[in-house]
Amino acid sequence: MNGVMDIAIAALILLGGGFVLIGSWGLVRLPSTMERLHGPTKATTLGLGALLLASMLYFQAKLGIWSVHEVLISLFLFITAPISANMIAKVHLHRLRIGAITEPDSIAGPPPRPGEDGAWATYEAPEQKTQASTANT
Amino acid sequence: MIAIALQVAAGAVALSLLFNGYRLLKGPALGDRIVALDTMVINVIAVIVLIGMMGDTATYFEAALLLAMVGFVSTIAYCKFLLRGDIIE
Repeated sequence: MNGVMDIAIAALILLGGGFVLIGSWGLVRLPSTMERLHGPTKATTLGLGALLLASMLYFQAKLGIWSVHEVLISLFLFITAPISANMIAKVHLHRLRIGAITEPDSIAGPPPRPGEDGAWATYEAPEQKTQASTANT
Repeated sequence: MIAIALQVAAGAVALSLLFNGYRLLKGPALGDRIVALDTMVINVIAVIVLIGMMGDTATYFEAALLLAMVGFVSTIAYCKFLLRGDIIE
């Protein structure tokens, strides 16, 4: 294991640990739920990506073979993190609508309304004539 | 050098697990608790990766992959249950 690889792996490990810590710190520190979503879904995922890259380089330097497990894990996480963030934001909006959330608004205020007399797309009932809604009839 | 970096990163991940636990116990809205659980799963994957590098074994990666899948599916199932009152309609 030569010096440059050593430094690169150590730097990637430190970067990953730092980003994971920043993501959770944002989860504690930020004032409202919509803002708290940002820390974990972006910073933590990026930090874990750096850690997995470091692990890939480490085992390449140690054993001389490229392993693909890390690529699988990071690909899966990078694909699924936005989906779960979207679902959690939907849950938050719906619970806000039914009045289940009594938390005071942050400095940024509630999320802006979508437009004139419109509702959020997640509030609207599905349209009647689409393929998906006729599947159950 | 890598050993020191691994220990520092393990400390950082442990501290962030504590932060997540705080948000999980306190977090006023239900969305906060789901986010905290989701982040905990990701941090545990980071712990598994770090342990794999500390012990020089590539044995744990299947566990990490399975944990990533189970964490995603459980987050989506919980959100779906809260949204619709049902998971598979």
